[in-house]
Amino acid sequence: MKPFGYVRAGSVAHAVQVAAERPGARFLGGGTNLVDLMKLGVESPPLLIDVSRLPLDRIEELPDGGLRIGAMVRNSDLAAAPAVRDRYPVLSQAVLSGASGQLRNTATTGGNLLQRTRCLYFQDVTKPCNKRAPGTGCPAREGAHRDLAVLGHSEHCVATQPSDLAVALAALDATVHLHGPDGERGVPVTTFHRLPGDRPDRDTVIRTGELITAVELPPALPGLHMRYRKARDRSSFAFALVSVAAVLAVRDGAVRHAALAYGGLAHRPWRARAAEAVLHGASATEDTFARAADAELAAARPLRDNGFKVALARGLTVGVLADLAARA
Amino acid sequence: MAAAPSPLGEPLVRREGREKVTGAARYAAEHTPPGCAYAWPVPATIARGRITALDTTAALALPGVHAVLTHLDAPRLAAPGDRTLAVLQDDRVPHRGWYVALVVADGLETARAAAEEVHVSYEPEPHDVRLTPDHPGLYEAELANGLYPGTRERGDFEAAFAAAPATVDATYTMPPLHNHPMEPHASTARWTHGHLTVHDSSQGATKVRDDLAALFGLGPDDVTVISEHVGGGFGSKGTPRPQVVLAAMAAQVTGRPVKLALPRRQLPAVVGHRAPTLQRVRLGASREGDLTVLAQEVTTYTCTVRGFVEGAAVPARVMYASPHSRTLHRVAALDVPSPSWMRAPGEAPGMYALECAVDELAVHLDIDPVELRIRNEPDAEPDSGRPFSSRHLVECLRQGADRFGWLPRDRRPALRREGDLLVGTGVAAATYPYVLVGGSAAEARAHPDGTYRIRVNATDIGTGARTVLAQIAAAALGAPEDHIRIEIGSSDLPPGVLAGGSGGTASWGWAVHKAATALVARLREEPGPLPPNGLAATADTYQEAAATSPYARHSFGAHFAEVQVDTVTGEVRVRRLLGMFAAGRILNPRTARSQLIGGMTMGLGMALTEDCELDPVHGDFTACDLASYHVPVCADIHGIEVHWIDEDDPHLNPMGSKGIGEIGIVGTAAALANAFWHATGIRLRDLPLTPDKVLERLSG
Amino acid sequence: MDSSNRPAGGAGVPRSAATGERSEVILRVNGTTYTLAVDHRATLLDVLRERLDLTGAKKGCDHGQCGACTVLVDGRRANSCLLLAVAQDGRRLTTVEGLADGLRLHPLQEAFLARDALQCGYCTPGQICSALGAIREAADGFPSYVTPDDARSGAPVELTDDEIRERMSGNLCRCGAYPRIVEAVGDVRGAAATGDAADTGSRGAGEAS
Repeated sequence: MKPFGYVRAGSVAHAVQVAAERPGARFLGGGTNLVDLMKLGVESPPLLIDVSRLPLDRIEELPDGGLRIGAMVRNSDLAAAPAVRDRYPVLSQAVLSGASGQLRNTATTGGNLLQRTRCLYFQDVTKPCNKRAPGTGCPAREGAHRDLAVLGHSEHCVATQPSDLAVALAALDATVHLHGPDGERGVPVTTFHRLPGDRPDRDTVIRTGELITAVELPPALPGLHMRYRKARDRSSFAFALVSVAAVLAVRDGAVRHAALAYGGLAHRPWRARAAEAVLHGASATEDTFARAADAELAAARPLRDNGFKVALARGLTVGVLADLAARA
Repeated sequence: MAAAPSPLGEPLVRREGREKVTGAARYAAEHTPPGCAYAWPVPATIARGRITALDTTAALALPGVHAVLTHLDAPRLAAPGDRTLAVLQDDRVPHRGWYVALVVADGLETARAAAEEVHVSYEPEPHDVRLTPDHPGLYEAELANGLYPGTRERGDFEAAFAAAPATVDATYTMPPLHNHPMEPHASTARWTHGHLTVHDSSQGATKVRDDLAALFGLGPDDVTVISEHVGGGFGSKGTPRPQVVLAAMAAQVTGRPVKLALPRRQLPAVVGHRAPTLQRVRLGASREGDLTVLAQEVTTYTCTVRGFVEGAAVPARVMYASPHSRTLHRVAALDVPSPSWMRAPGEAPGMYALECAVDELAVHLDIDPVELRIRNEPDAEPDSGRPFSSRHLVECLRQGADRFGWLPRDRRPALRREGDLLVGTGVAAATYPYVLVGGSAAEARAHPDGTYRIRVNATDIGTGARTVLAQIAAAALGAPEDHIRIEIGSSDLPPGVLAGGSGGTASWGWAVHKAATALVARLREEPGPLPPNGLAATADTYQEAAATSPYARHSFGAHFAEVQVDTVTGEVRVRRLLGMFAAGRILNPRTARSQLIGGMTMGLGMALTEDCELDPVHGDFTACDLASYHVPVCADIHGIEVHWIDEDDPHLNPMGSKGIGEIGIVGTAAALANAFWHATGIRLRDLPLTPDKVLERLSG
Repeated sequence: MDSSNRPAGGAGVPRSAATGERSEVILRVNGTTYTLAVDHRATLLDVLRERLDLTGAKKGCDHGQCGACTVLVDGRRANSCLLLAVAQDGRRLTTVEGLADGLRLHPLQEAFLARDALQCGYCTPGQICSALGAIREAADGFPSYVTPDDARSGAPVELTDDEIRERMSGNLCRCGAYPRIVEAVGDVRGAAATGDAADTGSRGAGEAS
C-alpha cells in the first residue's frame, strides 16, 4: 500500500471539491471493499476523502411514499429499518444475505453499490486483467470462472458484480443520486452499473469526482409481494452463485406487476426485462414462470465451467415466483 | 502419599482457557521486543524458472526500510533436509509463490509497501501443474507419507477381480485442500549474544530448534524456540516452515528483533496443503457380500522441492478382510507448491474413496451398508496378519446406528422429498493408526509446598495438552490435579515430539507418566522434608517409541450423516452428523469431544465446501483467501454428535490412550457423500459436492 | 513510529492532512484515551496490536474474511482489519481486553470456558466480541437472514440457535468449535435481554431510520 493523504470531508460540497482537485482520490465510506483492495494493491489512491461522517446516514420518507436512503446508511441499519423491512422486504433480505454481521455494520449503502468484482484475477495484481489493467487480457475466460458471468460479458471481461443490495435495488427501480463537480443527477440503478464491453475498467457510469449521496426507492404499491433468494457455496458469509430479487403482484390469477433482477450472472445486476414481458398479464403459473425464465436466459452464453448458473437461475426464478404467487 | 481419585477421564476445563477468552494468551506474532522490525515476503510470480535480476533500489529508498534480503545477499544456510527451508539461497523458482525476497522495515505498513517495490526479473521455463490420470511423469511411489510402503499386494488381484460375482469399479477425485489454521504462520526472532530466540507458530518447537541450529550452524543450546500458544496447525505447522528461517535471517542481518507473520493469501503456496487425489477403487465380492478382492490405486502429485506422497491407499490395508488386495500410489513431481500434512493425511482422502466404494457395493448387493461392513470384519490386520490390540469397529457401527436411528431405513434412493429438498442418510467407517511419532522426555519435580512441576516440550495447538498432561501427572503422582504446574511450549524444556499424528499425548504423556512414577519412587526412597528446590526425576520414552509392537494398533470409528439436497439450487446441507469412536481411553471427555467435533467439521468442509484448483496457466492456487476458499461457517453446522466406546487396550501406553486429533475427519466425507447418494440417487464421485456439480448431475 | 503530528482533520481542520502521510488521532480503547500519530495506512487492528500492545484482537486474514479481528466500535461489532485507524478518531472502541471486570470474567467469557467453546483460541476473542455485538443487535431489533419475515420490525429478535448460527457466521473457527460456541452464546442470550451482558451502547434499529 502506497502512502496516501487523508482528509475528512466537512460537507458533500467539500468532498466533491477536494475530489475534483486531486485526480485519483477516493471517497472512504465504510471502507470494507476499498481498504481490502488497497491492501491487495488493486487500488492505490493518493488521497482518501473520508465521507463516513457526512450527514447522509438517514432514511427519509419521500412525499410520494417512497424512501430516500442516505449513502452513508450502514447495511445493518438499512436492513433493520422498519420502513424497509415492512415495505421493501426484498431489500432487507438481500442486504442480510450478504457478508457478515461485522461487515454489514461497517459497509454503507453507497459503498455497497460500488463493490468491485470478486474475480480472482482482478484481485491478483501479478496477473493480467482488463478490468484492473486495461489491455492486459482476461485469463478468466479460460481460467477459473465458475463464479463469473453468463450474461452480457464480453471478450474483454467476464466479471460479475458482487453486491446483493444492488440486485434488490434493480428490481425495485431505485435511483442512485450523485453529486459531482457538474452538479447533481439521478441515475436508475438498472443503468448505473455497466456491461463490460471494451471498457471493463468502468464498473459504473459514475463520473470522476462524483459522490453517491442517496438511493431513492419509488413507493411500494399495495399488493406487491417480494423476495430475495440466493444460492451459495456455504450456508452463510458467501457471495452469490446466483441470486434473484423478485417483485410480483397477482390479481385474479394473472400477473399484474413483475420485476425480476439477477445477481451473480453478469457485470451488473441483471434486470430481466424479457422475463417480465412474458410475465405481464400472463396467468401466474409455474409454466409461465418457467417460460419467463427461459425467455431471459436464452441470451446466456455460459463459459466452460459456469453453465450450471443457467439452470440455477431458472430454478430460482420459478421457485421464487411460485412462492410469491402463492402468497398473493 | 494419600491417593487422590484419579483425574484421568475427568472433564477438566482447559488450563489456558482463561488466557484465551481474555485475550491474554500471546501467540508467536504477539511479542514485540524493543526495536522490533517487521518483515514482509515477496513471492515469485512465475511458476518455474530462474531469477535473472532483482531491483531493490526503490524498496530500499523508502524511509524506514532496513534491508531487503534476496538470494544474492541473504545469509548462507547449511543444506536443510527439507528443501522448502532453503529460502533465498539460489536463483531457482520451483513454483509460483516461492519466496524470492524479504523486506525488513520498522513498520508493517512500510514493509508491505516496500515489498511491492521489489522488482524481480525472471527467465521463465515451461511449467506443469496439471495432474492427470495418464500423466507421463507418474511413477509408483516406493514410500507413502508415514514411511508406509507405497505398494502392497497379496493374493492375485486380477484373477480374483475377474472372477468376483459382484464388483464395483469407481474413481473418486478430490482437489487440493488447505489447512488454513486461523493463526497464520508467524515468527518473532531475535539474536542476543549469538543466541537465537524465536517465538514460532509451530506444532513442535524441539524440531524447529534442531532445524534452525543445523541451518545456522549453531549448537542446539544456542537456539530457543517458544511455541506457547499456537492458533491451530492441522499439520501445516508440524515441521518448520519458511517464516521461521526468514525471520531468523532477517534478525541476523538487521541486528534487530524481527517479526514475520505470513499474509493469509500467501499461505497456500508455502505452508503445505493436502495434495489432490484421483483414486480408483475396485471391489469384488460374493453375492452374499463377502469381499474377496480389493484394490485402491491412488494417483497424486508431489512437488519438485521435496517428496511427499499422500498415502491414501494405506488405510485400506487395515480395514476389511479380503484375500486378494492391491494398494498402490502413483505420483508425479509437478511444479506445484509443496504438499504436506493436513489432518489425517492419507486416511482422510483414502477412506473417503474406500468407504464410498463400500457403499456402492452395498447398494449393488442390496445389503445394509452397516451390515456389509460388519460382515467383512477381519480377524487380524489384513495386510500384516498381526492381531489388533483392540478393534471395536463393529461396536462403533452398531452403537452409532442405534444412537443415530439408522434403522428402519428404506435403502432405495431419492424417495424422501420435502418440497424442493431431497433427504438421505449415509454411513462410513473410519480408522486412524496409533502412532508414537517419537519419544519424548519429561521432568517431574516435587516442591516443599506440596506442589509439583512437570516440564516437557509438548505443544498445545488447541488440543488441551496442558490439561491432559496435568491429569496424567496427577494420576501418576496420586496428587490433586490443581497441585500440578505444567510447563510446555519451549525447546528449553525436555524435548518432546510434535503435536501431530494424533500421537502427541501418547508420547508426552508417557514421558510425563514415567517421570512422575520415577519421582514417586524417589520420594519413597528419600523420605523426609524436601530440599528447598524440591526433588526431581526425569524420564524419556525413546526406547518405548523405537520398540515395535506385535499388535496392529488403530483407532476406529463410524460416521452417520443425514443431508438435504436442494434440487433447485444444488445446495447440500447437513442436518445431522454423528460420530461413534473407539480410540482407547478418553483422558478428558470435554476437550476430546471438542477435538472430535472439530475433525468432523473439517470433514464436512472437505465434503461440501472446500475447493481449490491449480491455475494451469499461472501455476498457483485459484482460491487463496478465505472468501474464495470456503471453510465451513457456524451456520453450516447443525446436529453434530460425538460418542465413544470405553475402550480398554493394554498394548498402547500407561494411559491406554490412542489419540483423537484426526479420526474425526476420516469418515465424515464418505458418510456425507453416501448420504447424498441416498438422497438423490446420484453418485457424485468428485469432492466437494458444490452446487455447480450437483445441479449438473441433477439436470443431466 | 514517532509522530509527525499532522492533524487528522477533525472538524475545523479538514484539509491539512491531504498531503501528509500521518495524522494524529484520539482513540478511546476500553475506557483509556490514546492520542497518537498514525500512518494513514495503518489499520485499527495493527494499531491495537503493534502500537498499543492490545493483542487480543487477532489477525487471521487481514481482509475481513475471518472475523478474528472483531472489536466493538461505538458498541457495534466490526472487522478492525478493514478500518483505517485514522478514520476512527474519537470512536469508542472495545476489545476483548476490555470485557472482564477486573478478575471477574464477562458472562460470555465464562460461558466460552464452561462450554469449551474454543480450542486453539485464536478466533476466540473475535468470537466473543462478535457474540457480544450479536446479542445486542438482536435485543435492539436488528434482524438477520434467518429472522422470520413476519417478525415485528424493530422488536427484539429471539436468539434461537439458528439465529446464533447465522449471526456468528462472520467468525470462522477452523478448530470447529461452532456447536460449543452456539451453546455458549445461548447461555448468555437470556442475560443479555435484561441488560446484564455488557454495556455496548448500541444504537437501536428504530433509531437507525
